[in-house]
Amino acid sequence: MELQKFYYDNKIVKQFILATIVWGVVGMIVGLLIAMQLAWPVFNFTEYFTYGHMRPLHTNAIIFAFVGNSIFAGVYYSLQKLLKTRMASDLLSQINFWGWQLIIVAAAVTLTLGITTSKEYAELEWPIDIMIAVVWVVYGVNMIWTILKRRVKHIYAAIWWYIATFIGVAVLHVVNSFELPVTLFKSYSLYAGAQDAVVQWWYGHNAVAFFLTTPFLGLMYYYLPKAANRPIYSYKLSIVHFWSLIFLYMWAGPHHLLYQALPDWAQALGVTFSIMLIAPSWGGMLNGLLTLRGVWDKVRDSAALKFMVVAVTAYGMSTFEGPMMSLKSVNAISHFTDWTIAHVHIAGMAWNGGLTFGMLYWLVPKLFRTKLYSEKLANIHFWIATLGILLYAIPLYWGAITQWLMWREYTAEGMLNYPNFLETVTQIVPMYKLRVFGGLMFLTGFVVMVYNMIKTMASGSVTANEAAEAAALVNTQSRTDAGETPHRFMERMPVKFTVFAFVALAIGGAVEIIPMVFIKSNIPTIEAVKPYSPLELEGRDIYISNGCYTCHSQMVRPFRWETDRYGEYSKIGEFVYDHPFQWGSRRTGPDLARTGVVGGPMYKNAAWHYNHFMNPQKMNEQSIMPKYYWLATEEVDLETTPAKIRAMQTLGVPYPEGFDQKAVANLKAQGQKIVDDLKQSGIEVSPTSEMVALIAYLHKLGRDISEK
Amino acid sequence: MSIFILLIGVSLFAALIFLALFIWAVKSGQFDDNYTPSVRILFDDDEINEIEQEENDNN
Repeated sequence: MELQKFYYDNKIVKQFILATIVWGVVGMIVGLLIAMQLAWPVFNFTEYFTYGHMRPLHTNAIIFAFVGNSIFAGVYYSLQKLLKTRMASDLLSQINFWGWQLIIVAAAVTLTLGITTSKEYAELEWPIDIMIAVVWVVYGVNMIWTILKRRVKHIYAAIWWYIATFIGVAVLHVVNSFELPVTLFKSYSLYAGAQDAVVQWWYGHNAVAFFLTTPFLGLMYYYLPKAANRPIYSYKLSIVHFWSLIFLYMWAGPHHLLYQALPDWAQALGVTFSIMLIAPSWGGMLNGLLTLRGVWDKVRDSAALKFMVVAVTAYGMSTFEGPMMSLKSVNAISHFTDWTIAHVHIAGMAWNGGLTFGMLYWLVPKLFRTKLYSEKLANIHFWIATLGILLYAIPLYWGAITQWLMWREYTAEGMLNYPNFLETVTQIVPMYKLRVFGGLMFLTGFVVMVYNMIKTMASGSVTANEAAEAAALVNTQSRTDAGETPHRFMERMPVKFTVFAFVALAIGGAVEIIPMVFIKSNIPTIEAVKPYSPLELEGRDIYISNGCYTCHSQMVRPFRWETDRYGEYSKIGEFVYDHPFQWGSRRTGPDLARTGVVGGPMYKNAAWHYNHFMNPQKMNEQSIMPKYYWLATEEVDLETTPAKIRAMQTLGVPYPEGFDQKAVANLKAQGQKIVDDLKQSGIEVSPTSEMVALIAYLHKLGRDISEK
Repeated sequence: MSIFILLIGVSLFAALIFLALFIWAVKSGQFDDNYTPSVRILFDDDEINEIEQEENDNN
């Protein structure tokens, strides 16, 4: 057979490697900053660099910038080598690279400014969502096109994981991002309350599946055998665990909403599939580790392999811990405490971080046609990073159990032993300080790697277009006969035709149905629940913009120790006007679902809220909440208020017709009442200030169902 | 909670895409050979080039 000469595109791989390193430094520094903010609130700077803004920036930077670029680097290199072909289009490769970096920069700027949808790991506003969809499709087209023009008939296991990643993320991103734009930088989720929560955590769980798991299993299937120079332990197992994992993951999302306002059958479904996921996950872990049988001596000498071994082991631990956390009795402890934070950092630092480091230590010298500058420094990185992960996670596990025990401890008289939430935070602040140290170690190790990489890169050079030869692939099976039209060809293939027809119908049907179903189903099931007044709605947007949900939940679970502390447990019908939902996932501060219940355990008057926002440490010396003094001087943007009301009407919120024109007057009148109230305590503030709007919102939470 | 109609639909839709891929993969013989693919990836063109290079150097 005739040999064809072609060139691998190494330049694009180098670009993504550099981006991985740069964004890794940025994402981890922001991570260190938010860890310090929780230990010492003085590290909240101005109105922009507060925990509520920086936490989404950290998660987005690590997931989409650091891990994302690392995926692209790994895929662009291995795909070409495995298929013995250049990427199909250099133009698409470059659009993929620069488009992705543009998205990251846009994310960093908007999140710092407080422009956010508040849906975790999907915080970016609608223009950026569209950019993500476009760039992702560019990546997918480039990848599939490359697969189609391959010179190796067999599609190696790693590539199946890459394909699943593309399909999975595309579906999740689109469905979770249905939102109605109000302005260029503000939109409301199409879904409300419990519905929004279900979609969000279906997305959130599967983002872990299809962005942090499947691509990395693909990378493991290529880079681990390459680094060890051993074939994968069982190719058959790789096939079995791929297909089973792909089919199981989509159904486990509701395990993020156990004991919350969600039907029981959905919770049970999520738990069942989570437990089943142990089998395929461990199939992957065992396949990775057993690949090294007979060559464990290589692990002793290679930092790349050491990182990979820790990565795969951590993957196994996390995929056992995850299903355990989805058992209701365990979830009662882990949800809303730092257990979840520890869990995701074991997975993120050790599995995603470790595999990325292992890949880079093997790939960079190979790509730059040189030797690693210092194997010793790489070993130092390995040990600092591994110890750093332990020092990060163990204090958080310890703190989580401690805090949960304190939340639910009763005195002999049947009263909460720690009725003041702050006591349970103060108790674990020493753990936050230890966590800062663990994070700092991990970052230090990363900086050591950066130095090692720079030195390695300087000592070699990349062949931008690497020459190679391979025989052309003659595909006899499905070749179109000369002169046959594509549709004729399709007709001869009943199975394929059915599949394509179904896909076309499903897409059309989904576009028709989605908006209809959700707007109609927002009919209130609790009659007392009223829509937000214009001032409360503006206050809610300020709550969202400042990232209050990153520390405060709005979801009282049906436990005695929660209802005693916060008030009545939360019900589905309470959230029908919440576009988006604000249930939160971590209680660094107390739950706020019942702050509007006059006479309830969580109620505080307007003056208390004012003073607390101005300086939380003045009210409670040990509070770790940032100061929000600018709320008193910044004004609500009244220009967009009517548009917001109209958007809510479009989403099915029953404001009277023409209410958008009366909204501003209504807002000012309600604001004046709060201002009058504050005046009695000697506080002067504008009725249209952000402070007043936020207080109005807090006084709305839980109020409706408490008024009988 | 009509949202479940959407999500179950979308999840089934994704599952069907994967099912179609799976059927195609089996039919086209992707999984007929469960051993050689794992070994083949270990041989890179540049390694072959390097070996040739070394042989040339020795001569």
